[in-house]
Amino acid sequence: MTLTITGQTQSIQAIEKLNELSGESVKLCMQCATCTGMCPMALEMDFSPRKVMHMAQFGLMEKLAGINTYWKCASCHACSVKCPRGIDIAKVMEALRQQVLRKSHNYIEPSEISAETIAEMPQIALVAGFRKFTS
Amino acid sequence: MCETDQKTVKKMPRVATGDRAILPEGAKTIPVYIMGKMYEVPETLTIMKAMEFAGFKFLRGAGCRGGICGACPTVYRMAGDYKLHFGLACQTVVEANMYLAQIPFFPANRAIFNIDEIGGLPEAIHALYPEIFRCVACNQCTKACPMDVDVLGYISALKQGNIEKAAKLSFDCIQCGLCASRCMGEIPQYHAAQLARRVYGRYIVPQAEHLKARVAAIESGKYDAMLDELAAMSKEDLEKKYVEREREPDFAEIGSWQPKETRYL
Amino acid sequence: MKISYYPGCTLKTKARNLDRAAVASLETLGVEVQEIERWNCCGAVHSLTADDLIHQVGPVRNLIRAKEQGADKLVTLCSMCYNTLARANQIMKNDTVKRDTINRFMDEEIDYAGEVEVVHYLTYLQEVIGWQKIKDQVKIPLTDLKVAPYYGCTLQRPAEVGIEPFGSYALMTGLLDALGATVMNFTAADKCCGSYQVLGVPAGENKAAAAIVNLAADAGIEALATSCPLCEYNLGKQQGQMIAKGNITAHVPTYYFTQLLAVALGLDTENCHFELNDPTSAELLQSKKCLAAA
Repeated sequence: MTLTITGQTQSIQAIEKLNELSGESVKLCMQCATCTGMCPMALEMDFSPRKVMHMAQFGLMEKLAGINTYWKCASCHACSVKCPRGIDIAKVMEALRQQVLRKSHNYIEPSEISAETIAEMPQIALVAGFRKFTS
Repeated sequence: MCETDQKTVKKMPRVATGDRAILPEGAKTIPVYIMGKMYEVPETLTIMKAMEFAGFKFLRGAGCRGGICGACPTVYRMAGDYKLHFGLACQTVVEANMYLAQIPFFPANRAIFNIDEIGGLPEAIHALYPEIFRCVACNQCTKACPMDVDVLGYISALKQGNIEKAAKLSFDCIQCGLCASRCMGEIPQYHAAQLARRVYGRYIVPQAEHLKARVAAIESGKYDAMLDELAAMSKEDLEKKYVEREREPDFAEIGSWQPKETRYL
Repeated sequence: MKISYYPGCTLKTKARNLDRAAVASLETLGVEVQEIERWNCCGAVHSLTADDLIHQVGPVRNLIRAKEQGADKLVTLCSMCYNTLARANQIMKNDTVKRDTINRFMDEEIDYAGEVEVVHYLTYLQEVIGWQKIKDQVKIPLTDLKVAPYYGCTLQRPAEVGIEPFGSYALMTGLLDALGATVMNFTAADKCCGSYQVLGVPAGENKAAAAIVNLAADAGIEALATSCPLCEYNLGKQQGQMIAKGNITAHVPTYYFTQLLAVALGLDTENCHFELNDPTSAELLQSKKCLAAA
């Protein structure tokens, strides 16, 4: 992935917002891709965690808004515990999710899940899923 | 102005009619703020009567006026304090510098179900109200309840699959909807609780044996003759019979009293 | 001995097998289990955004219940509950600003500052009871059962609340060893099963879970032991569907470690509620002659 950097592509405010929400500093990332290697969900993602960190470093919020990476993240912290730069990447993913959810957009709609699915799921799947996917 | 004969118009004391409040002679008034506007109202009134005194007319949002129908939930705050308080307009007495608004209805989700089809398992409730899993235990629902119901407690019980506990904890709910109005999870707690009580009544609580026996006796026609006899009586005879009816004395020990008329036992 | 216990929502219904086996086992080991009163859902996942305190209120409220009821330790079992409670407790213990905000918000509760210690059941078994005592009480050793500890995510991550360091499985290994089982190594023991992602995935098509089951089968593992109802759902209950969809080739029966403990202690199998597992779970133990005669 090649990023053309211009004055317009960089959004300092977006980076600051992301850092504030996550409590992390995305600038620390050195693009080693250990996170992608550790991620159990990487195959489901259209952009790997490393690429997302790269986008985040430039505050490319428009690009980040349309990808599925942070919706496929299972918050398992496999990336976080192995990051050589000590970034809690799971928190960056949560910050990306929250930026969408806080505008009252749901990623899944509880009312559209079938009664059979809800009846079968353990409660923690519903509680955790609604936390991560509903506003 | 229409013409009136000033001599025939007697100066009437200010008396409200119907549900309107009566201001007693010399009563003290206090300021309350209804939807932001100040009104001087007698300090002895309930919020509902005070609003009527101020000129509001309840077309909806008032029901039993006895604190049980849940139609008149009110949110209020005292001037100078951030804290929100909740009550029923027909039960809560006004206080000076009260800022208040009525929440007569809240557009909470209410599921449609057939009680005979959904079955008695907690999953039935989970499927109809999956939003209960959005609860964050913030407890605003419990704080908002004008009936002191442990709302968080019964939502927790429902999440844990304990319908009986939810039904019992929510027994005093009057369906006013204040809980839902405060919920950051957009949960319709009171509707979920009502469903829990219905499922509890239909599937879980044991059916009373004596009730079943009595229904069977009624259906077998055991009491038809008695009813026919009553139905055929004149009004006077019926009244006489009522006045002369035998009554079990209050606090009679079980089995210690028998009516003289034993034909119907 | 008496402990305060936080079960969690799922353990009261779909994961009764995790809960009942755990409580019955502790009672056999001479511990009185006291479920805390008026507990609520822990929230299942720790909120990861720095400014989001409202999602800490749920777990903290449970810790307040424990404090009110005079407990200095709260034992819990479900991996997700453990993680959420322990991480919220860290905030209350270490972050004075967040602690004050949360305490102020919960003006109907007593103040809390991390006084209660959140302890996982496995840690409790090792530290308070000890593997030797458990070994001494084993009635039906799980001889020849090749079982691998499966920790998943939240027992070990992040490090500050992990029941043991990332990559170490000593606690469950110690327990299974004491129960007489053959403990197997397993490269996917800390891999995530897909967790709540299962909400958007058709039954049997959770690739992360299928990969774990396949790795276990390839390693000659006969059974997996877990402590999380969501892991059990993804890895165990979905196995029939995963086979039907061709995503795994063979069953690897999945258990809660508490079920294996109860079986080895010779408790009535009623306590294990095997009807809530995939049918292969009870069948495997039957074939190993590990189930107490009914």
